[in-house]
Amino acid sequence: MMDFIVIPILALLAATAVTVARIRNLWAAVMFTGIYSFLSASWMLILDAPDVAFTEAAVGAGITTILMLATLSLTPRRHRKSSRLSSEDFEERPSKSPVIPLLIVTITGCALVYGTFDMPHFGDPNAPIQVYPEPSFVEKSQPDMHGLPNVVTAVLASYRGYDTLGETAVIFTAGIAVLLILRKNTDDQGISESPPLTGENA
Amino acid sequence: MNSFPIIRVITKLLIPYILLFGLYVQFHGDFGPGGGFQAGVIFAAALILYGLVYGLPAVHKVAPPKVIEKLTALGLLVYAGTGLACMLLGGNFLDYDMLNHGILTELPVALDFLPGDTPYHFLPEGQHLGIFLVELGVGITVTAVMTMIFYAFAGRERVTS
Amino acid sequence: MTEFLGLYNYWIVIFLMMTGFYIVIARENLIKTIIGLNIFQTSVFLLYITMGKVTHGTAPILKSSHGGESHGGKSHGAEHGQDLHAATEGHIDLSVDAVTEIYSNPIPSVLMLTAIVVGIATTALALALVVRIREEYGTIEEDEILEMDRNS
Repeated sequence: MMDFIVIPILALLAATAVTVARIRNLWAAVMFTGIYSFLSASWMLILDAPDVAFTEAAVGAGITTILMLATLSLTPRRHRKSSRLSSEDFEERPSKSPVIPLLIVTITGCALVYGTFDMPHFGDPNAPIQVYPEPSFVEKSQPDMHGLPNVVTAVLASYRGYDTLGETAVIFTAGIAVLLILRKNTDDQGISESPPLTGENA
Repeated sequence: MNSFPIIRVITKLLIPYILLFGLYVQFHGDFGPGGGFQAGVIFAAALILYGLVYGLPAVHKVAPPKVIEKLTALGLLVYAGTGLACMLLGGNFLDYDMLNHGILTELPVALDFLPGDTPYHFLPEGQHLGIFLVELGVGITVTAVMTMIFYAFAGRERVTS
Repeated sequence: MTEFLGLYNYWIVIFLMMTGFYIVIARENLIKTIIGLNIFQTSVFLLYITMGKVTHGTAPILKSSHGGESHGGKSHGAEHGQDLHAATEGHIDLSVDAVTEIYSNPIPSVLMLTAIVVGIATTALALALVVRIREEYGTIEEDEILEMDRNS
């Protein structure tokens, strides 16, 4: 039953990835990236990771697409007088022959596929990842958390709380960095003592 | 976007539900799928949607950039502060079991909000309280950072040179 | 043949990963490169998530042990769990709790949850740099930027 859902999702996932690689129009490529994120979120949901699927759908299909579109609107290729952009402004320039990159990618891919022959099978309950923490977090969290049902949250915020603190700090730092790179100087006129930009600078 | 009345009306209808869903994901994250990261992104998505449709000045009125900048740091401080509170109560950093008793039982009972013989399971366990606070911190930081990044991109003007 | 079919999830992930890698190395447009990195990143998330899946498992959200669930629903759940247990008999199931419910591994979910949000933060940083590069150089094509650097 599940195969009827999984196989179309995987086929669409592969088709979307190839389309993103082939398509020349950046605007369309961004839209396909959003679709790609949404499809991978669907697969994650089937793979029993609703928390991750949730995040991927909100982040990958939502915020990333908006940020990429914002960047595209700031970086059109042709510079016209009119403020309206058309889809031709986002055409990628034709690139050189794809033979060498394809070769590199094929060799790397074959090496990785060769590596998978030693991997545990999909869904194997005896795979090292399922066996190693003994007792597993699922068993441990029941007495430790006094009945908090969501093990993912328990591991995220409690067992690995220090790690999540670091991740939050990384997000904070990235936000500050974006602000430092992109914020206009005109916002804080009272503070900045530098003279206003002259014509040749602006 | 002034010329699209349908989008404007639908956005106004949708935003309360997005915010409500964000709150649900934030505070129900220990029981179902969800948590601070997801809720933060959903909250930011509501603000960004408002900004996209009604323009940057409108969303600056709702969530002023100065407040958003301070909230980024506040979330991280709530998180680290929870850890420090555990240390002050005598445990390790982020050892939520230290939050178990004392704070939550003594004050309400002393103020007669709760009867003195309140059953044990009525009050949140230390782990519940710790996870709640930590997720709240994560949610605040993620909301503020995502909104701030959107402001930074949207406030930039195209250079035509 | 069947012993290789159990590896299909890795092959799909490798295909997606290599597509992202191809975009990164073959394209000179900076935005397209970031899109390629995003695809690569998402396929790494998928790699981790597929490793955490257990056959006949369910999401790692434990059944509430007290309250909130009617008696009928509970007995049905237990019955269902026994069916699943019978289906996987012969394996050593370490992720089975008292109600004989099988849960997938929560650890990949936790790792990827934080990785996704950190990923969007770093992507935003990269896009901000692209915007600045466009303002300084007037282009986002990598070779044109290098050309300008050489000539100056």
